[in-house]
Amino acid sequence: MKRTLNYALLVAILLAVVASFAGLGLDFSGLTSTRSLSLMADYAAGFFPADFSAAHLAAIGRASLETLAMSALGTLLAALLGLLLALPAAGRFGRIGMALARLLLNALRSIPELVWAALMVLAAGLGPNAGTLALALHTAGVLGRLFAEALENTPAEPAEAIRLSGGGRIAAFVYGTLPGVWPQLIAYMLYRWENNIRMASVLGFVGAGGLGQMLYVSLSLFQQAQAATVILAMLLLVLVVDALSGWARQRWVSH
Amino acid sequence: MSIRLTGVGMTHANGRHALQDVELTVSRGERLAIIGPSGAGKTTLLRLLATSLQPSEGRLELLGTEPWQLSSGARKRLRARLGLIHQSPPLPPRQRVVTAVLAGRLGQWPLWKGLLNLLYPLDPAGARDALARLDIADKLFERCDQLSGGQLQRVGIARVLYQRPELILADEPVSAMDPVLASHTLGVLTAEAEARGVTLLASLHAVDLALNHFPRIVGVRDGRIAFDLPSHAVSAEALEALYANEQLAAPSPASPPPAPHVVAIPRC
Amino acid sequence: MLSPSAGPAPRDPAALPRLALTILALALLWPGLSLSELNLAVLLDGDNAATMGSFVAGFWPPAHAGEFLALLGRATLETLAIATAGMALAWLIAAPCALLATRVLSISAVARGGRPLWWANALRWPVRLLLIVLRSIPEIVWALLFVRAVGLGPTAGVLAIAITYGGMLGKVYAEICESVDPRPARALLAAGSPRLAAFAYGVLPNAAGEMLSYTVYRWECAIRASVVMGFVGAGGLGQQIDLSMRMFAGGEVASMLLTFFALVLLADQLSRLLRNRLT
Repeated sequence: MKRTLNYALLVAILLAVVASFAGLGLDFSGLTSTRSLSLMADYAAGFFPADFSAAHLAAIGRASLETLAMSALGTLLAALLGLLLALPAAGRFGRIGMALARLLLNALRSIPELVWAALMVLAAGLGPNAGTLALALHTAGVLGRLFAEALENTPAEPAEAIRLSGGGRIAAFVYGTLPGVWPQLIAYMLYRWENNIRMASVLGFVGAGGLGQMLYVSLSLFQQAQAATVILAMLLLVLVVDALSGWARQRWVSH
Repeated sequence: MSIRLTGVGMTHANGRHALQDVELTVSRGERLAIIGPSGAGKTTLLRLLATSLQPSEGRLELLGTEPWQLSSGARKRLRARLGLIHQSPPLPPRQRVVTAVLAGRLGQWPLWKGLLNLLYPLDPAGARDALARLDIADKLFERCDQLSGGQLQRVGIARVLYQRPELILADEPVSAMDPVLASHTLGVLTAEAEARGVTLLASLHAVDLALNHFPRIVGVRDGRIAFDLPSHAVSAEALEALYANEQLAAPSPASPPPAPHVVAIPRC
Repeated sequence: MLSPSAGPAPRDPAALPRLALTILALALLWPGLSLSELNLAVLLDGDNAATMGSFVAGFWPPAHAGEFLALLGRATLETLAIATAGMALAWLIAAPCALLATRVLSISAVARGGRPLWWANALRWPVRLLLIVLRSIPEIVWALLFVRAVGLGPTAGVLAIAITYGGMLGKVYAEICESVDPRPARALLAAGSPRLAAFAYGVLPNAAGEMLSYTVYRWECAIRASVVMGFVGAGGLGQQIDLSMRMFAGGEVASMLLTFFALVLLADQLSRLLRNRLT
């Protein structure tokens, strides 16, 4: 019985894939006909050689730092907000608090970063501030949900022991609960940071600062050589953050 | 009067009667051991006295007040005067021993002091002295997950020594130690109680330890008090009746070590 | 009876590293704050608040005219289709790349206690490097490039998802294969069975659960990515919301935000179902 259901599920997935291809009317002829291939080759050739002039590199350096700061601060802010919402979402303030917090977390999470960024550009004006807020809002939803799960899975006895010796709620949380979940929270934060550096580098597309804005402008002006350097910088930034977070994970999570 | 139980009963949510008609009066400065077969209700009795559980019937008086008649703020202040030693001390694995011991006085410290102490231990000498009495001062700055079961139990005792409560409740405090160390550790506890004139209640599964260290013995069986005698008056027949049908070789009910905490690392 | 050991208060060995770390964090936080221009006050600033207020005031009631709902439904289906088709292509890229990149199927490693010969490892590096490059460039950048190459429309979005997610799936599949017990596969390889058979009988049974659950998780991400891709003209919900925002049509934006919410809840349910059923 379970087997048939599984096969039915697999068939359904295959059908969904086929329907997707058919429904979209995908046109891959652009990838095969010689004329469009040569057009694409011309376009691609424009990316080489990349522009390594000093002025351009200086601008990229600043934009990279901006992107890095956006991703790091956005994640940090999200972790704070996420933890604040995770406490009620883990059921520590009654059923109503739990339902409300979960609804809010789902709402924050369901709106993609770029849409948040477009909204924040309206609310806070152009620039990296909007990008940071956008990352923080979406990530708070994701992290809040993960944090709430971690809080629910952590043993309650250490905090209970503190309360039995007269400690208050806050003391019991920071002495009994936090040491148990701390590594898990750090692991989730690092994972989101790796995600957010990718996102931060494109938020500029809607005017939220950083490398994305440079890329969008140079591609719109058909300056592929400049765009190529920006893409290289994004690649580098992602690798740097992956390495940094891998090191931090070694140091504070696995150890 | 330190403790007075009048007709106390405890029924668990699943309908099992853990304790029935318990009458017990302990005056200040007394030291008594609770013995009995496993499952007799020793732990439930201690958890009632630690205000971890609320009795389902009867009257419970601790240090001259009825804890469940108090406001929650007053109960919190009362709890700061009670010290409970757990059989397997619930210490977060990554917490350092010094923090775990200093946490004993969280009930007496204002909140800011507790928070500051988390960043920088405010009284490492006090924690060191408490640990030194149990011969593990060298573990002061180690993490709790690097200690053995017996060492963890001693850290749990050191926390209560540091707390300086007026009523010490100990639930199988030496179950994970070898006999010599167990005897020495109980000696430290009784000496502390004697020196400060505070009340000490300990549940023990080793009858000889109870008889050697405590002047008063309470036998518990099937949720009722079987006998309550000075230790020199406890007869072999009374013990035999207490432990009748109990497997003598039954291992001590030491709870299994908690499963190692696994951190989920999401793949990106 | 031991007397409490007297003496000076012991020094906390962690104090100095903690202090150094705190100072370092503060030293990094300051330029970070100035670079990101983080400022929550602008949200309450008179001008911005008025703009945003009038925009948000338009959220109620959400647009629900029949024509708009039909458009919204089509855009939602398109978004889902882009994600699904992109994932299917990504899987076609990822599966062979993961097989090429993983060390578990190394024949030279069988006789050497799990460490492949250096040149055999060197052959794996180009594939790994390719996967790293594919996954490290954000999908929307690929989309922007493909929009120039194949024109506006869902094709660019599908290709972008296929490439980025192909890289992600490939790298993670290879990692998962290396994290399971290698002994069954090694035993099969040592007995002379071909690599694909060794993979199917030695690695797959242990790795399939985690691989499946990662794939489902990535499919969820692909839905969000395909929304985002609309912003550069790759069709779907993103394109619609971009248009509505430019026109300051609050009601339409509100309906679309509600659609996002419904999509996320749907994806949660579906992924729970798939994980429970297939693992």
